[in-house]
Parts: sequence; C-alpha cells; structure tokens
Amino acid sequence: MTLSVGCTARPGKSRENRTGAWRTFKPNFKHDKCTKCGICALICPESAVHENQDGFYDADYNYCKGCGLCAEECPAEDIEMTREEK
Amino acid sequence: MTQIMEGSHAVAEAVRLSKPGVISAYPITPQTHIVERLAEMVADGLLEADYITVESEFSALSACLGASATGVRVYSATTSQGLALMFEVCFNAAGMRLPLVMTIANRALSAPLSIWNDHQDSISLRDSGWLQLYAQDCQEAHDLHYIAYRVAEDHSVLLPAMVCFDGFVLTHTYEPVDIPGQEEVDAFLPAFSPYQRLDARDPISFGMYATPDYYMEFRYEMERAMQRAKGVLKECGKEFGERFGRDYSDLVESYRLEDADTALVAMGSLCGTVKDAIDEMRGEGKKVGLLNLRVFRPFPFEDVKKALSGVSRVAILDKNVSIGSKGAVGLEMRDTLYGTGIEILDCIAGLGGRDIRKRDVRRIVGLAEAGGGDIFYGLREEVL
Amino acid sequence: MAIDKTLELFDCGHRACAGCGHALGTRLVLKATGRDVIVVSPTGCLEVFSTPYPETAWRVPWIHSLFENAAAVASGVEVALKRQKRSEKVVVVGGDGATFDIGVLCLSGAFERGHDFTYICMDNEAYMNTGIQRSGATPYDASTTTSPAGARSFGNRRPKKDMPQIMAAHGAPYVATTSVAYPMDLMQKVERAINTEGPCYVQVHSPCCTGWGFEGSQTIAIGKLAVETGLWPVFEMNNGQVTKVKKIMRKPVEEYLKQQKRFRHLFKPIRQEAEIAKIQAIADANASRYGLDLKPRK
Ligand code: SF4
Ligand code: SF4
Repeated sequence: MTLSVGCTARPGKSRENRTGAWRTFKPNFKHDKCTKCGICALICPESAVHENQDGFYDADYNYCKGCGLCAEECPAEDIEMTREEK
Repeated sequence: MTQIMEGSHAVAEAVRLSKPGVISAYPITPQTHIVERLAEMVADGLLEADYITVESEFSALSACLGASATGVRVYSATTSQGLALMFEVCFNAAGMRLPLVMTIANRALSAPLSIWNDHQDSISLRDSGWLQLYAQDCQEAHDLHYIAYRVAEDHSVLLPAMVCFDGFVLTHTYEPVDIPGQEEVDAFLPAFSPYQRLDARDPISFGMYATPDYYMEFRYEMERAMQRAKGVLKECGKEFGERFGRDYSDLVESYRLEDADTALVAMGSLCGTVKDAIDEMRGEGKKVGLLNLRVFRPFPFEDVKKALSGVSRVAILDKNVSIGSKGAVGLEMRDTLYGTGIEILDCIAGLGGRDIRKRDVRRIVGLAEAGGGDIFYGLREEVL
Repeated sequence: MAIDKTLELFDCGHRACAGCGHALGTRLVLKATGRDVIVVSPTGCLEVFSTPYPETAWRVPWIHSLFENAAAVASGVEVALKRQKRSEKVVVVGGDGATFDIGVLCLSGAFERGHDFTYICMDNEAYMNTGIQRSGATPYDASTTTSPAGARSFGNRRPKKDMPQIMAAHGAPYVATTSVAYPMDLMQKVERAINTEGPCYVQVHSPCCTGWGFEGSQTIAIGKLAVETGLWPVFEMNNGQVTKVKKIMRKPVEEYLKQQKRFRHLFKPIRQEAEIAKIQAIADANASRYGLDLKPRK
C-alpha cells in the first residue's frame, strides 16, 4: 500500500480492525421472546447487529465488543450475555 | 498595463486575477490595504469570491483550509502576530497537502510590540512545510502570486505557499506595476483542479492521525514534494517570463556576481538598496555583487552554491534572528557553503523596522573584508 | 424526509471503548443526515477512535483539522459548497472540550456570521481522550483527573457552562439538547437542525463508561437517568425561545449520581448530604426553568 497524499483514506478500511477480539462477554440472540423491534440494531455502538432473513437479529461477532448494551436494552429480554469462550 | 499603484493594491490585483473562490482574512497592520481592496472588489462585483470576515487569523486560515479541502482556490493575507496565531493551522494545512496561498506583509514580532518590518514572522514558519517566496518590489509581489498558485496547486507539489513582501516598505509604497489582462493570467493559471476534495459522491476522510508506523513517511513525502517544487518553480518562472516578459526561472537572483569577490546575500525589498550600493561600489572599482534569495523554502542549495562559486566571502543581511543561535539565512548559507572556504559574515540587521541604508551596506562589505563572524549590525551602543 | 434507520454510515472496526456513547451518538447522527453530508470533527475521542490511518470508520466525507477550529473549517466548507452550488449539508460532530472550551472562539465567530451548518456537541462532560480532565462541560462535583475529589475537594467546583443558551444568544435559529439514550429524539433533532437554514446547535448527552465509571452496558440507562432526574433537560429552542421540552416524572438526583464512580465521593466513605442537596438544587432549577415536571412533586 502506498501512502495517500496528506493522510487521507477512502471508506471501508476500519473493517480491517476486527474488534470482536476485544470481547470478554458475548451476546446470544435467542430469537425466542424477540419481538423484532430492532432496538438492538439501532443502539449497538459498533453497528454490529444486523437483521437476518427471518427478521430476527444477530450480532456480527467480527466486530461486537461485547458491551452488553443490546442485552440491557432489549425490551423482550431475548439477549443473554455469556462469558466468551476463548 | 502599467499603473502606478500601492504595493498592497498590486497584490490585491494579482489575487483578483487569480480568481480565488474563497477569501478569508482578519485585519492587521500593515496587511489591511490588501484585504480592504479585496473586500471592495467583492462588493463591487469585480471579483467573484466569498469573503469570510472571521473573528481571528486563526479562523481565517482554518476557513481557507476547509474551503480548499472542499475544492476551491483560496486566499488569505496576514503578518506578524496574525501569522503567529496561525502557526498551528500552517503546519496542519501543509501536512494535509492543501495548496493555500497567503500573502505575508512582513513585520516584526512582539514583544516589544512593533508594527515595522523585518522577517521574523515568516521565518518563524520556515519549518511548516509552506513554500516561501520573497518579493523585492511591488511588481514581484504581484507576479509571485500567480507563480505561487501554479506551483502550490501542481499535483506533484500540493503544498501551501507564502508570498512574503515587506510591510510598509512595499505594502504602502507606490511603484509602477504592470498588471496583465485576465485572459493572459487565465492562460498561465488555469482554474483550480483539486487533487482530492470533500465530496459526498466519493467520500474521503481528510486529516486522519498517523501512528509511528506512518508519520515519518508522510513527513518524508512532504520533503520530496518540496524538492520537486524547485523544478516546478523554475518551469513556471520560465513560462511566466515567456508570457509576461519577467523571468523568474531562477530561484535566486544574481546581481553583478560574475567577477565578484564579496557577495551580499539578502531577501526582499532590501535588495533594491543593496543593488544601489553595489552600483556605487562598482563605480569605485570594488568587486561586489548580490545574491537575492527569492525562494527561501524550498531552500535552493544547489543554485546558491553555483551562484557563489567564484566569491571569496559573503556578507549576509539577516532580517531575523533565532535568539540563542544565529540568523536563519546565515545558518542556511553556512550549510550550503560548508567546505568551500568562502568566508561568511552574518549580520543580524534591520530588525523592527531599523533602516538599512546604502552606507550601511558599504560598511558591512568593509566588515566582511575584515573577517567573518556573527554580529548584530547597527546597534545603538549608547543605549546598551 | 424519513430517516432510514438501517443506513450505516459509521463503520464497524472503530476503536471506541465498548459501550461508547460517542460511537452510538455518531452512528445515529449519520442515520439522520444521510449520505449527502460533509462532516467536520475537531480533535478528540471521536476523531481518534474513528480515523487511525488508514482505517477510517467514516462512510461520508469527513475532515479533521485541529482541536479548536472545527467551526471555522466548517465555515470554509459551507461557503465553498455554496460557491460550487453543491447540495451537501455541513455538520460538525465534536466533543465538549472542543466546543465549550478551546473551540469557543471559532464557534462564536461562525454562529455570529450565520453560516448554514449544524454543530453537534457530543457532550461526555470532560476531556476523555487525554485521560478524563475537567472541561467547561463537567458538572458540579464530578471528580476528574484535574478536579479530583479529596480531603479538601468535592471534585469540580463549578457548574456546567450553559452552552445551549450561549448558542441561542448568537441568534441560532435552532438549538436543541438530546441524549444518546433517546435515539429517535436525537435523530429527529439532527434532522430538524440540518433542515433549518443557518447555524444550528445540538448538544447530545453522551455518557462515557470509562470516564464516568460505569459498565458499558449501562450507557443508555445512565443517559436516561440524567434526563429523568432533571440534570440533563431535553428541549428545543427556536429563534431563542424554548418551544418544546421533554416532560419527566422526576427522580431524585442521587439515583443518577450513585451509579457513577465520578460521584462516588458524595456517598462514600460518608454521605455528603449538603453536596447532594446542591446538585438536587441544580436539577430543581432546571425543572422550574424549563418546566420539566409532568406534575409538581409532592
Ligand atoms: S454486545 Fe454491544 S457491541 Fe455486541 S452486539 Fe450488543 S450492543 Fe453491539
Ligand atoms: S431488541 Fe430484543 S426484541 Fe428488539 S429486535 Fe433486538 S433482540 Fe429482538
């Protein structure tokens, strides 16, 4: 990679930094009591929660830092934090 | 068309003909006549630009930085304390490789407060990554702006440029100045074509931070661009000469140096006085000449060395001082001439508007003939 | 224009702490602005965690110049856009240090000149990037590394500077406060601001788990408590007049304070009744000034 002029960059590059490695706790989206409200996706500071084909939500563990906000805020209590197995 | 006009207005004319889209400046003596004239031009519809009247020089250059990154040609002007307040933005704009052009109406730095001329303001920014051009008269002050824009915006350079001209001595002096027509200027200086810009259709992040893995390489790239600027300056200076009849293809101007024993070295308006003194001394059979450093950044080492290859001594008129060290020009000259055996006298002179007259130049030549060294020239011993 | 909540313009892989209010707030801001925007950021947490070269997290054009000049840079960007007849909105997103303190000269100048841009202050109430030093936005009695609580100190000795009123006094047509704890409110206010001509100011309460001392999972809960206690009034001002206020069933301030390490000295080793009462008085004053209470407390 040659340097840009003036220390600029185009989008997409931060994705090379897999922040999932930071995790000590892991959110498990159980898809059980979930009402598909989408709050978890809206409030994840990592943009790491995505809707799946069934309309449920899952975390992208490449980037999820395990902060637990989604589990804390899920009104249906459908997300469970468990210790990360390393 | 040649007109008699004030130096500040000659600069304003050059700015008008360079068609910046955004001007931002803050008033400070002796820069004011430039920016007032530009404001009039905008008000009268003679210049299609937005003039942002900011609350400080710091904001003036910051606004220019933002506008430049958004893809328009920009202009600012300041001096002394104003430039000192811009210090942080100067380094930043250069590192971001934004080709701003700014006029410096050279003035001393406080304290003591002084509105009069010397070069301590722009010299204090010599390490900032800006090109620095020094004009010796109003015509040069005018012409160098076109060249500054061309070189700064050249995609092989992309560094900001300062056109420095002496406060009051040139800003407030009337001289005949040849003002070219818009078409001629347009042919020399085409519309700004940004290398990259802020644009929602192609989003780029500007001004990221660099870890130790990258920082040095970014600085090295600036240095390489500065070295490339030498060639671009020469090419543009030559083309300017072909188009307008005033050649700037040399980064240094040599005056009666061919057979000179003693070379005076100076920058800016002082060169006029020095040339007059040289003519007198030449009439008396003294072999003296002048090296006018028109470009201080990038420093033209090779050109200086070549121009001075025949002299036995140089006497430098440094209108600045690095307190605790020496004059900035003196330091560069010592580096350039190292190993040549040429003797060097560095005179800190003309600080804070102290006049340097022809007789002073003659005296300095005499001092140089007596030996090298570093002195403050022309001190009033009676108050010390 | 409806806000597309699924639009992601703030990318994964940024280096904010887990549970960071700034990262969440910035994501929400960009959902509200959409793609047709140019963002200016001052130096600070956000700038640092989102742009270590070459790993930018920004999917919109973004520029950082210095700590204290974001509003001046934005002025230049805005004028240059207009000159080129371009449509992008200009939005500054920066922290409270850059906004309340070091950048206030540029900010005041830009608002006085009336540039058409939106200045969003992500307020985490201290200099977090440099290690939790107090700023003009730090609340009364908060312990920071430069206003530490100690035998002779209850922490920060001054109440928070009233920036929204200062910005409104500049003639800003739209000034609002909001919080990352209320994503819809935040997005709507940003949308209103960018669609209001002239300089607009939005101050976002952005809880900082690292600097305030709470678990990252509590960022939203803490944000809600700040609002519910009346310590962070949520309101809108149009042309200097308060036009909309988020009414609350007010909770005592200690419910908010006791959750955070920065106020721990008010409860341990002994409960500092007088100090807690002073902070309660700040909330009470906010409540009467903005009419926060749903019904008067008994
Ligand atoms: S734990 Fe935090 S980072 Fe992971 S998905 Fe939930 S909110 Fe996002
Ligand atoms: S917040 Fe909970 S209920 Fe709502 S979509 Fe996410 S997992 Fe489902």
